[in-house]
Amino acid sequence: MTARVLLIEDEPNISEAIRFILSRDGCDVTALADGTGALDAVRAAMPDLVILDLMLPGLSGLEILIQLRADPTTQSLPVMMLTAKGQGRDREAAERAGASHFMTKPFSNDDMRAAVRALTQG
Amino acid sequence: MPFNILVLSCLAYVIFLFGVAWAAERRADRGRLGWLQSPLIYTLSLSIYCTAWTFYGAVGYAARSGLEFLTIYLGPTIVFIGWWWILRKLVRIGRQQRVTSIADLISSRFGKSNLLGVIVTVIAVVAATPYIALQLQSVTLSFSVFASPTDDGFSPPGTEATAVWVAGGLALFTILFGTRNLDAKEQHHGIVTAIAVEAVVKLIALIAVGVFVVWFMADGPADMIARIDASEIADWNLQPGRWAGLLFAAGAAVICLPRMFQVMVVENADERHLATASWAFPLYLFAMSLFIVPIAVMGLERLPAGANPDMFVLTLPLAEGQGALAMLAFLGGFSSATSMVIVESIALATMVSNHIVMPVWLRLRPSRAVSGDVRRLVLLSRRISIGVVLGLGYAYYRMSGGSTALAAIGLIAFVGVAQFLPAMVFGIFWRGATRIGAALGMTVGFVVWAYTLFLPSFGADAVIPAMVFIDGPWGIGWLRPRALFGVSTMDPLLHALFWSMFLNTAAFLTGSLLTFPGPVERMQGAAFVRVFDTTTGSPRGWQRGLAEPEDLLVMSQRIMGDEDALVFFEAEAKGQGKAGYLPDPTPEFMARLERRLAGSVGAATAHAMMSQLAGRATVTVEDLMAVASESAQIMEYSARLESQQEEVTRTARALREANEKLMQLSIQKDAFLSQISHELRTPMTSIRAFSEILTEGDLPPELVANYGRIIHDEAKRLTRLLDDLLDLSVLENGTVQLNLGLSNLSQMIDRALASASHTKPERSFIIHRDLPMENIFIRTDADRLVQVFINLISNARKYCDAASPELRISVRQKGGRVTVDFVDNGSGIAKDSQALIFEKFARLTDQTRAGGAGLGLAICREVMANLGGTITYLPGQGGAAFRVAVPLRLERKAG
Repeated sequence: MTARVLLIEDEPNISEAIRFILSRDGCDVTALADGTGALDAVRAAMPDLVILDLMLPGLSGLEILIQLRADPTTQSLPVMMLTAKGQGRDREAAERAGASHFMTKPFSNDDMRAAVRALTQG
Repeated sequence: MPFNILVLSCLAYVIFLFGVAWAAERRADRGRLGWLQSPLIYTLSLSIYCTAWTFYGAVGYAARSGLEFLTIYLGPTIVFIGWWWILRKLVRIGRQQRVTSIADLISSRFGKSNLLGVIVTVIAVVAATPYIALQLQSVTLSFSVFASPTDDGFSPPGTEATAVWVAGGLALFTILFGTRNLDAKEQHHGIVTAIAVEAVVKLIALIAVGVFVVWFMADGPADMIARIDASEIADWNLQPGRWAGLLFAAGAAVICLPRMFQVMVVENADERHLATASWAFPLYLFAMSLFIVPIAVMGLERLPAGANPDMFVLTLPLAEGQGALAMLAFLGGFSSATSMVIVESIALATMVSNHIVMPVWLRLRPSRAVSGDVRRLVLLSRRISIGVVLGLGYAYYRMSGGSTALAAIGLIAFVGVAQFLPAMVFGIFWRGATRIGAALGMTVGFVVWAYTLFLPSFGADAVIPAMVFIDGPWGIGWLRPRALFGVSTMDPLLHALFWSMFLNTAAFLTGSLLTFPGPVERMQGAAFVRVFDTTTGSPRGWQRGLAEPEDLLVMSQRIMGDEDALVFFEAEAKGQGKAGYLPDPTPEFMARLERRLAGSVGAATAHAMMSQLAGRATVTVEDLMAVASESAQIMEYSARLESQQEEVTRTARALREANEKLMQLSIQKDAFLSQISHELRTPMTSIRAFSEILTEGDLPPELVANYGRIIHDEAKRLTRLLDDLLDLSVLENGTVQLNLGLSNLSQMIDRALASASHTKPERSFIIHRDLPMENIFIRTDADRLVQVFINLISNARKYCDAASPELRISVRQKGGRVTVDFVDNGSGIAKDSQALIFEKFARLTDQTRAGGAGLGLAICREVMANLGGTITYLPGQGGAAFRVAVPLRLERKAG
């Protein structure tokens, strides 16, 4: 079956790169550029995986994650956090908030593919 | 003399005066005051006491009443020699309180009461009316005596038409001269200098005629004295009552006349000048009076009976065929009249606008905030007042028939202004004098003067019916205007002087003794009476922290003008050890600001405006206590404690501010590291991902091209960021290479606007420019300056949140510096952020709206430092406002 991935990332070029990599790997990728409508989009689509950028316009990625984990319907949804800040502090905060995986930019395409496969096969 | 040549001569003379005034003002503007502030100029300016009345009328007076005319010169002489300490006190008070007029002085003394300001203004305007009429009359008379038809048959206009032209011309002249700058305390150097020149002209003219009479018409002094002895003028016909009264009136007038107050107190630059004037001014008066009697005697002897003695100065040379001398005499009389009218109407216009127009406007204004351009309102009201004052003078001239002897009209004005004397003299020597007393005294004196002297001067049946003079109003005999309380044997002038002054003083004293002064009155009373007492403690009246500095700045800009207000506030802030334009509202600062504003709009108005902003209308109990405490020692001690406490507070505040700034900087540094990491990693992520995609191969060619372009764009973005960082570090180290050259500012702004137009978001943006002002050539590094402009313009495009955004670029050149202001119409930058915007990576709150990494303004600041200039944020301008200042000619690298 094809894994459905919801990608929330505000940098258009990065978003395009991830969309291309994952589509070629057999995923069905939907991309959003803004944090504001993200929660509704997740609840509507109920994807197999959410990829969230930490710094987003509107609602920040961390806040979206916290709210997803607070909602019983999305409590156990796999969420991968992406950040360009790469400081230990951000990673800890994301893990405390319940991120399933944490990935620092820049990443290798292999790592991205492997992480997505691992998260969508569970 | 053909009348067209006469008119041309007058015009040429006026233009010459204008040139003198203009040159003096230019000199003063450039700060080279030098001889403009000498005791000589001061003394000569005092000579506006000698008006056309003294010039023409004194001879007439001597011809009619003998030596009595001397009282007009002796009164001021006695005051200047004997009572100069009163004058010194007035001058000291005037300078300390930044008094703008005699109305301001009295209003200020009695608790900044506007009621008193209005009373004094009304009395001064009414009393000046006959005096101005007198000048119109004498110029008109001299003109009609002197002018003859032109060669081609045009006859001179009739006296009525002449009077209209003279009044209109003088009004125009005065408006051009006197209402160019607003702050009455920033003295009118131009006018004072022109008046000094006129003083010399009239003295020379009168002496020339005198010398001609004594040495050419008579055979020298011995012959002249013989002729005088033979004449009836020399009869020693002394009336002690009349002499004493006239001496008193002339002495009072020299202190109380609005125009004398203007030159003596308001225009005084240095108290020591008064010491010189105390002997030099009587000397001038002596010189002016020296030849009066010879001219009068010779006129009576030589000219046909019935010739107007008021015109002897002019008609004697004319009758002897001395055209040039007559011309000089004519210009002397013209000088006397114009200088008097100019200064008098400026003084009156200041009073009308500060004490009547401004208070009414303050009250009628719908909101509490000071809106609109107050300066324009003040200047307009002054110009209109000048017109009205001259119009009144003309009306009086017409109504009184223009036939009364000059001296009689002048004395009416003298007695009128003498009504200020009790309030003023008691006010500066007696702390018990009160507002009610002053108001009562002046009103009573004014009414009595008007009833017994002013209104009757129009003639029986003109204002007061003839029957009232004979039987009294409603048949009440003891109220007859010329015989109050049945005193009918007195001379009318003396009668009016005696009763008005007596009742005025009595009402003043009674009122003062029966009422208790209010707190502000007591405070001002102490400040006036003890003006020479230097230990009068710290300024009281304003409490710390009640007014918002920004509100004060906005109000001051409306009154003092943007530039002056900013300079004043910046200097005050610097004095408190703060950067920027907003000093703390300490009592000292508030008091200095109030005095500064008082220089423009008068004490009462300035106090009212400040009170509104400080959120109170009355004085607090503490103020009252401070004032009531009579012991100078206690006041001094508490003042010292207060200043120590203030010192400590100031240091603590400086420390706290430094600490806060350090903490903020440290937080910013962390934020920067995180930010810079983000800014570097983001393009690198795209580059890495797409280059891996490309190496994995198996792509359609259009995707290869597309992804290749993305890699290229992101690589450029990385380079730009690194360039910015590098630029900043070079600028900060001072190792930057400047490329100096002459460039046109307008073209630089054009370049910046063109570059910045690509900035996103793209939306219509209205730019206001002032192209003529921009046409300046600046020696600087044009590329660097344009870089700063681009930054400011694109910031405005990015951040201005107005619905229809506008940006105003205004240029000003002052001395060797050029300032360029960029002001948009958005909501501006919050007050707490203003201090931080020029720091690195201080991008304000909403991170995502910005394009760059927050280095723009930091780079601008460094660029400007390298160009020997500054970039600052201007608070209180409505929107975000930046000022760029550069030297006009940057020689070598600054620093």
